[in-house]
Amino acid sequence: MAAVLWNRTPQGPLEYSRRLWLKLLLFATFFFLYSPIAVLIAFSFNTSKRNITWQGFTLNNYVVAWNNPDLLDAFTNSLIIAFCSTLVSTLIGGMVGLQLWRFRFPGKTAYEAFMALPIVIPEISMGVALMAFFIRIGWLTSDVGWPLNLGPIIVAHIAFSFPFVSIVVRSRMVGFNVQLEEASRDLGANQWQTFRYVLVPFMKPGLVAGALLAFTLSLDDFVITYFTSGPGSVTFPVKVYSLVRRGVTPDINAASTVLIAITVIATVLAMKLQAPTKAAKG
Amino acid sequence: MESWRDNRFVFWLLSLPGTFWISLFFIVPLSVLWIYSFGEKTGITDVAITWTGQNYGRVIEPVYLQIMWKSLWVSAVSTLICLLLAYPIAFAICFAPDRWKPILLLITILPFWINLLIRTYALLAVFRTNGYVNKAIGWLWNGIDWLFGGQHPFQPLELLYNNGSVIAGLVYVYLPFMVLPLYATVERLDKSYLEASLDLGASQLRTLLSVTVPLTMPGIVSGVILVFIPSLGAFLTPALLGGANAIMIGNVIETQFKSANDWPFGAALSFVLIYATFGILALRWAITARSKGVEF
Repeated sequence: MAAVLWNRTPQGPLEYSRRLWLKLLLFATFFFLYSPIAVLIAFSFNTSKRNITWQGFTLNNYVVAWNNPDLLDAFTNSLIIAFCSTLVSTLIGGMVGLQLWRFRFPGKTAYEAFMALPIVIPEISMGVALMAFFIRIGWLTSDVGWPLNLGPIIVAHIAFSFPFVSIVVRSRMVGFNVQLEEASRDLGANQWQTFRYVLVPFMKPGLVAGALLAFTLSLDDFVITYFTSGPGSVTFPVKVYSLVRRGVTPDINAASTVLIAITVIATVLAMKLQAPTKAAKG
Repeated sequence: MESWRDNRFVFWLLSLPGTFWISLFFIVPLSVLWIYSFGEKTGITDVAITWTGQNYGRVIEPVYLQIMWKSLWVSAVSTLICLLLAYPIAFAICFAPDRWKPILLLITILPFWINLLIRTYALLAVFRTNGYVNKAIGWLWNGIDWLFGGQHPFQPLELLYNNGSVIAGLVYVYLPFMVLPLYATVERLDKSYLEASLDLGASQLRTLLSVTVPLTMPGIVSGVILVFIPSLGAFLTPALLGGANAIMIGNVIETQFKSANDWPFGAALSFVLIYATFGILALRWAITARSKGVEF
């Protein structure tokens, strides 16, 4: 049997990770998850325009994507929206996280459910609701010019991002030793000083991780942005969607590869920052 | 934890911005949508609120019932495939050597951070008639055909624009959502129960069905919900991979708002989707309340 040849010591009944079929399944799944993305990245360096066969290495697609004003505008819009949304989401989410960690109050369970609503509601329902609302109050139809026309998208992104930030910040605060705060107060610090010099430094990894989460959520969002963007406020995913409907071209691959690189770097950073917390909690 | 009464100023200061934002930019828009669902279309974006039930009446017309039924079973099949794939994967990761665990976990969840649209686009590119899946099948086909005399050269298959491609797309996109909660519960599972079961003579299958599955039920329920709910409301995956042949409820909603301009009907459909979501969550709550298991 192959499994016998594979293993040096006899396989224990609970050593599932050494079963050949499990290894194969794991490998097949990773192949299924990664090969389309690998093909996409590889073809962003392909010289063929038709994106079907590999012809040779080039960086030309990146130049084409960079020189496409629509694509570049959409990319800029995405980054501006992500930055603004991250800033406000981190602030509001941090406050809510702190509040939920700190206080007990009547109706807390209901309040938590209320704060989790944007996470739970189907994205498309939230998207069309915001679209109807923004058109109703005239935010999408009035011609305010760039960059003010990005406002509705930023508002929408904050609404679905900050509940996630509050969850991250709250789970970070659970590890806080309340005696530190008492010590600070004993030593004569007032409430603000205690907050600024004791709580905030402890919160920081949670805030940074929450901010990176908000950033990727905003950068990645397609559905809600699709319904809240106007002709002058197209984001990168929305632009790619309209291009993909017309066909598959290598400059989309190039632009997508850049976006993948940005999100992967942000994710790895976020994980690095969160890792010590988990270790400390043990 | 202190009572809010002890520090009212800080309590209100911390809660106001979040409460304000959710109320104004989430609850109010949903209320507008809810009121629209009882209205009648009078212009492209104009809606007269007549408190008619007509829009909900249209939802149960056969053509829409069929689409909803299809959304349900496509999501159910995708969720089931995710579960069948993710359960052994979660096990393999949990029982892997310690130095491999974080790496395997990272590999599993990394795609979840890559843009949904880009992943769907990547899948679209490999599933095309001249994509790599067809090339691989063609290579195999021609190889086998060559052995039998080469009578039937390979014709590229139309892998896209059917229910199967939508299911493949949903599994591809939501698989990490299933692996994570399963991993979390399997990791916390007391392995001595499994040893006890095996020691007492139960087979691996019996142990799985009578010990492991009941003990990891909270993770299974969480994973099923995390995959089923977004699949049910999916719009992007069926739009790109399903085309006109595999329309789901999300696509009908999109059409009502973006091209058909029948907002009241679109609003009614959105609320049917929201009620379905709440129904599933209530079911989950009932299940976890009964089994009083570990909460994810």
